[in-house]
Amino acid sequence: MAILTKEEAKALMQKALSYSKADECEVNLTGTDSGNIRYARNSVSTSGRISQSSLVVSSAYGKKSGVATINEFDDASLEKVVRRSEELAQLAPENPEYVSILGPQTYADAINFIPATAAITPKLRADAVAQSLQITKENKAIGAGFWEDTNGFSAMMNSKGLFAYNASTNVNFSITVRTEDGKGSGWATRGYNDVNKMDTGKVTKISTDKAVKSATAKAIEPGKYTVILEPAAVAVLLERIFGGLDARQADEGRSFLSMPGGKTRLGEKLVDERVNIYSDPLNPDLPTNTWTGDGRPQEKISWIEKGVVKNLSYSRYWAEKKGVKAIPGPDSAIMQGGTKTLEELIAGTKKGILVTRLYYIRDVDPQSLLLTGLTRDGTFYIENGKILYPVKNFRFNESPVIMLNNLEEIGITERIVSEESNNNYLLPPLKVRDFTFTSLSDAV
Amino acid sequence: MPGIPVIGRPIDPERMLETVDPALKKQMADVALNAARAKGATYTDVRIGRYLNQFVVTREDKVQNIVNTESYGMGIRVIANGGWGFAATDKLDNDGIAKAAELAVAIAKENSRLLTEPVRLAPQKGYGEVSWKAPIEKNAFEVPIKEKVDLLLGVNSAAMKGGANYITSLLFLVNEQKYFASTDGSYIDQDIHRIWPAFFITAIDASSGKFETRNSLSTPIGMGYEYLNARPQDKIQGITTLYKGRYDMLEDAKAAGVQVKEKITAKSIEPGKYDVVLDPSHLWLTIHESAGHPTELDRVLGYEANFAGTSFLTLDKWESKKFNYGNKLVNIVADKTQGGSLGAVGYDDEGVKCGQWDVVKEGILVNYQAIRDQAHILGLNASQGCCYADNWSSVQFQRMPNISLQPGKEKKSVDDLIKGVEKGIYIVGDGSFSIDQQRYNFQFGGQLFYEIKNGKIAGMLKDVAYQSNTQEFWNSCAGIADQSDYRLGGSFFDGKGQPAQSSAVSHGCATTRFTGVNVINTSRKIG
Repeated sequence: MAILTKEEAKALMQKALSYSKADECEVNLTGTDSGNIRYARNSVSTSGRISQSSLVVSSAYGKKSGVATINEFDDASLEKVVRRSEELAQLAPENPEYVSILGPQTYADAINFIPATAAITPKLRADAVAQSLQITKENKAIGAGFWEDTNGFSAMMNSKGLFAYNASTNVNFSITVRTEDGKGSGWATRGYNDVNKMDTGKVTKISTDKAVKSATAKAIEPGKYTVILEPAAVAVLLERIFGGLDARQADEGRSFLSMPGGKTRLGEKLVDERVNIYSDPLNPDLPTNTWTGDGRPQEKISWIEKGVVKNLSYSRYWAEKKGVKAIPGPDSAIMQGGTKTLEELIAGTKKGILVTRLYYIRDVDPQSLLLTGLTRDGTFYIENGKILYPVKNFRFNESPVIMLNNLEEIGITERIVSEESNNNYLLPPLKVRDFTFTSLSDAV
Repeated sequence: MPGIPVIGRPIDPERMLETVDPALKKQMADVALNAARAKGATYTDVRIGRYLNQFVVTREDKVQNIVNTESYGMGIRVIANGGWGFAATDKLDNDGIAKAAELAVAIAKENSRLLTEPVRLAPQKGYGEVSWKAPIEKNAFEVPIKEKVDLLLGVNSAAMKGGANYITSLLFLVNEQKYFASTDGSYIDQDIHRIWPAFFITAIDASSGKFETRNSLSTPIGMGYEYLNARPQDKIQGITTLYKGRYDMLEDAKAAGVQVKEKITAKSIEPGKYDVVLDPSHLWLTIHESAGHPTELDRVLGYEANFAGTSFLTLDKWESKKFNYGNKLVNIVADKTQGGSLGAVGYDDEGVKCGQWDVVKEGILVNYQAIRDQAHILGLNASQGCCYADNWSSVQFQRMPNISLQPGKEKKSVDDLIKGVEKGIYIVGDGSFSIDQQRYNFQFGGQLFYEIKNGKIAGMLKDVAYQSNTQEFWNSCAGIADQSDYRLGGSFFDGKGQPAQSSAVSHGCATTRFTGVNVINTSRKIG
């Protein structure tokens, strides 16, 4: 039954709730159809289609709650799953942090479902890959890529009258192109809700161009450099800030947003005043769901405004304890861009390094949000506004917070996929001074 | 605390002890095999998986979550027109199964126009109806929730008495009930158990705003609840108590509460070259990243180029029979059968009986990790049994077996290793880790760092990470403790593939010393 309409989902969940005898009952229903195709060595390797659905029932007696799930949807199965969640709730220890379920909410209509993406066929996927392989073969290069599309819905309803429904689609594509001699490697990625925007040929051309131009890289000394980070490299660094906006961690003193004496950086200037970061579920270039799994509306929220921490995210429990609005964490994030293209940022750089991609990012120190990782698939030396030659890859040790304080320029925002998390963002390329490279890597 | 992915759907505890009758699974598998054959598949395998997890999560004096999840369904992989196709479904009636099988064949046929050469499978005999069960002593799913909650709340209390401000502790239990059937004539029923008890502690100095963390020194392991019953012979006494085969969670938490406080005022490392003496609770991860991943044949061949990367251990290095991956002390073995390990199974996910083989012998690269459609590239006439899928809904592919460093042949203790060090660091526990896409340049942190001065432990250090190059590092190996110090470490979450899959894998080793390693200071200031 993978995909249900709003009315079908509503009827099914009403049926499930009709069996409830608990103080509170909430049901979440999801279904996905996803398809993928993977290729390497200029040849298709694996591909598949996966269809799954499930109904999660949460019942509560006072502060004791239980959860049970099923993927059969006849009346007997629905009653069984509700009874089972009630039995578990009665056995569970009391959770002092349990917060009563929400009543009816008002949600904006989401705009992240595109029928064309939901209608993707195995032929369309194979055609998209054929288009990509034609380019790698014409350039005597070797392509390895991945396409994944998802069509899904989520819905929820509870005994206090809350109802929510959202259908969504997405397609992500990425490709690594390597030269035949293994001395050059390039990469590019794109993600969209609408498959009609995806041009695998265009993405493959970018990747192939990087591969050819990055061959036979020179080694230069590690150290502090001015860098131009392409949006995909910005994504994997900044998403550690986006994911670290939790108020409780900050209040408890164990976050980069904590300050001495039990204070936090909420309301404090954290980064360069040109930095504005927000989330907006109705942004036409990056639409997301308009509600969270616990029924809270997702609204447009400013997280960092003119360099100042404007909002932190709260669980409903922590917000209640602190007496503030329970703002949920963002589903995605947008950084306000500037007016310059990547080429213009390069043209205005006296000496610097252009970074296509950063890889294997790991936290080193949560106190300063120090991260480590490596450049990959196209690292170039810039002098007097021009790319002079490719350079060997570097390991970096840098904090995105320090990086956003060393900001030189912000380019034009574009939609990009993080290869670390698979999340889509709207982010600009950034020019940053004193970015810390700590060692060289021989990897191509 | 690292994110704990909750895979599958929650169910009640009693269902965790149920199993599906193999006769019913055989019936379902035959529906898929027949449907795929009828549509033109020349090979088909079917995996019916019931994946059970239990998470018990607490923080300080509260139970945060008790979740039981089940994921049950079927994955069907076929070869048609020379190429692979895959479809997975949780609709397990005859119609749902047949439709998935037909879809897998349709995908294989559609994609066959994108092939450069047809898939070549190494021959594999059918085993008929066979089974394998992990040799556990006590099924952790049978232990009452109350006993688990009491243990974790006791752990939290002990850590906080010692000096911790915050602690999250958890038990993560896994039971994979896997059924494999193929057109080769195998019907294989397997029952696999894993357990991971862990805690994550933070101590805060409110006046300075500084905080430090200390994670448990346990490891995820292929055992039952007996892992939590440590006997005196399972403990290694030293500057901190270490655990061999069994784990005393309460004792470790007591120590951790004190150590995390000590870390706040510990000496910050002076960057430079040091000898490092690495405990198995740390070294397993360095082995995983720098020996396990570069010897995966799919990476070597370029199949992972777009995500996990390729490998510096190219085929020409293997063919030369003289590539010095490390020095003569370094012997690395692949093993899918090692008792108590996370990777141990009777048969892999394409029906190949599992075994053991050398990967690096006296420093020389001698072999890789291969599956059926790769064996011919190494001139092998059989797979090495390294195929794995993390769920019925994921397609199986080459995954790392347990990859372990063999202990030293001469009698040598940890003290013997430390005695020989003039300026060094003794590192315990795994921390931050990162390595490049061809597995040359890496950086590792840890949990506990102790300065070694003139052959003696001189006190605690902090802000330590070491950076090296894989070949240089393994050629700087200057001593490995003997078998009596050999222990397993491992992970539930080895990530690879697109869509990304997790695999559980162990790495054994004894404490090992490396010379002249570059150490950096990781402390920075913001704001």
